[in-house]
Amino acid sequence: MAVEAPPAVAEPVVAAGRPGRGMRGDRVRTWALGLWSALALLYLFIPVFVIMVFSFNDPQGRFNFTWQGFTLDHWANPFENPDLALAMKNSLLIALIATVIATVLGTFMAMALIRYGFRGRSLVDFFVFLPLSTPEVVIGAALLALFLTMAVNTGFATIVIAHVMFTVSYVVVTVKARLEGMDRHIEEAAMDLGATEWTTFRKVTLPMIAPGVAAAALLAAAISVDDYVITSFNAGQTITFPLFIFGATRQGVPPEVNVLATGLLLIVLILMALNVLLQRRLARRDAARAA
Amino acid sequence: MLRLSLHRRRTLLPWLFLGPGLAWLVVFFAIPLVNQLNVSLQTGDPETGYAFTWAFSTYADAISEYDTQFARSIGYAATATVLCFAIGFPLAYFIAFKAGRWKSFMLLLIILPFFVSYVLRTVSWQLILADEGFVADALRTVGLLGEDGRLLATRTAVIAGITYNFLPFMALPLYVSLEKIDKRLIEAATDLYASRATAFRKVTLPLALPGIFAGSLLTFIPACGDFINAALLGTPRQFMIGNVIQSKYLVIQDYPEAAALSFILMSFILIGIFLYARVLGARNLTEAAI
Repeated sequence: MAVEAPPAVAEPVVAAGRPGRGMRGDRVRTWALGLWSALALLYLFIPVFVIMVFSFNDPQGRFNFTWQGFTLDHWANPFENPDLALAMKNSLLIALIATVIATVLGTFMAMALIRYGFRGRSLVDFFVFLPLSTPEVVIGAALLALFLTMAVNTGFATIVIAHVMFTVSYVVVTVKARLEGMDRHIEEAAMDLGATEWTTFRKVTLPMIAPGVAAAALLAAAISVDDYVITSFNAGQTITFPLFIFGATRQGVPPEVNVLATGLLLIVLILMALNVLLQRRLARRDAARAA
Repeated sequence: MLRLSLHRRRTLLPWLFLGPGLAWLVVFFAIPLVNQLNVSLQTGDPETGYAFTWAFSTYADAISEYDTQFARSIGYAATATVLCFAIGFPLAYFIAFKAGRWKSFMLLLIILPFFVSYVLRTVSWQLILADEGFVADALRTVGLLGEDGRLLATRTAVIAGITYNFLPFMALPLYVSLEKIDKRLIEAATDLYASRATAFRKVTLPLALPGIFAGSLLTFIPACGDFINAALLGTPRQFMIGNVIQSKYLVIQDYPEAAALSFILMSFILIGIFLYARVLGARNLTEAAI
């Protein structure tokens, strides 16, 4: 660091010394951290950008590897490849069914774990956590071994079973986090005012945990649509979106895959933006009502 | 009478709530693991079928045959976990303490790549690192890469891919635990003449330990079992134990050995978690004592 010029007016040493230099050091540190963070986020987005750009590529051969020319063809017919369309349909349908089942099962489990002190609770807690700390390849292989032993044909149904199994723990963890922060007095007040347990659940508990349940369902759906490892073990002849992509790497991934992935990301972004707008409007309405 | 039935209802209700979900996990998670233990002790071949024979030798064979893949899995996963921490900690720190009104936007940016398929993002790295790709070209022009040097199909590519794919799993728990820190504690430390570095070492870091613990487990465990990165960005010379288990099951159909390999992998991970918890916990205690 350069030596500081002597101050024109004599100042107390404390005021001119440490805090000033500390402040400049602070700014440099913040800038360095900010730059690092920007680079880290860029790292996360590089492959996403490449996927988006190559959705407009016009590949001459089978491989969508080098830039050949701009085209909107793939955006016009994203479902041209029937195998890809079927894979996408399977993925969305599996995610929908698995999410509904896992969300219902997981929400009730979370309520039992938070609300009731019962013998064996910490054991159940641990057991629910176990699938999260087991490598997917082990879970997938073990489940396949069971289906083989029981002579069950793997396919659509076994994928749904597997997806419910490994998303239910995520649902429990997410809903539990929401329940833990909840004020129980509101429910007690409802019961004191004569509401039955069921009415209290419907009118008080459910609306209060709804954001947690929605977040859990979104998480479960995202994990289900994206899963390759466990699905690859239990899919039989059924093809899902990730399985299609992995299988296509050998013959070249068609650009329609890039279009669908980009489209899915855009839909998520639009939903998120709508959610923010809705929240803002609700907050403004509440503020207006309070005033 | 009424009291008793109420009491009974209180004890039954939680199990009623837990029942369906727990049953699902028992039937499709716990029983398969037990069944797999049974499979791992069988002998036979794909044509004639397998029979249970207490074949513990499969475990010994599996370890001696695939010790390089085990060592590689643990080595790659550990390297990627350290890299994720090195990249993710400053990022999480910036978001928690410095980002201001950009906070939720930056968190959104961390989560957003999740909505593009994991396999597709890894395929995208394949394209970026390809021999005729623009990155390899640029590096060759600058002279950082030899004429026949490769980026794809190397150990570096596989580890970089794993690091890339699990970075958010490290960054998010780190952010959560840093965000929870009461900033007055750090101020108090500097007010009491701790230097910035000391305050960071003695206050911020110990308080962030739960996040460091959660983040490194969420990175290390799936990274250990991963086979997508090695399959897409590597060659058989970079294959990890996940690749072996997958091909044993789906291609070679040598179920006993695949099951044994799964169990060995799981026990490695469990021992690792246990040791890690002990080390972090012990350090946590000594930090608090000082």
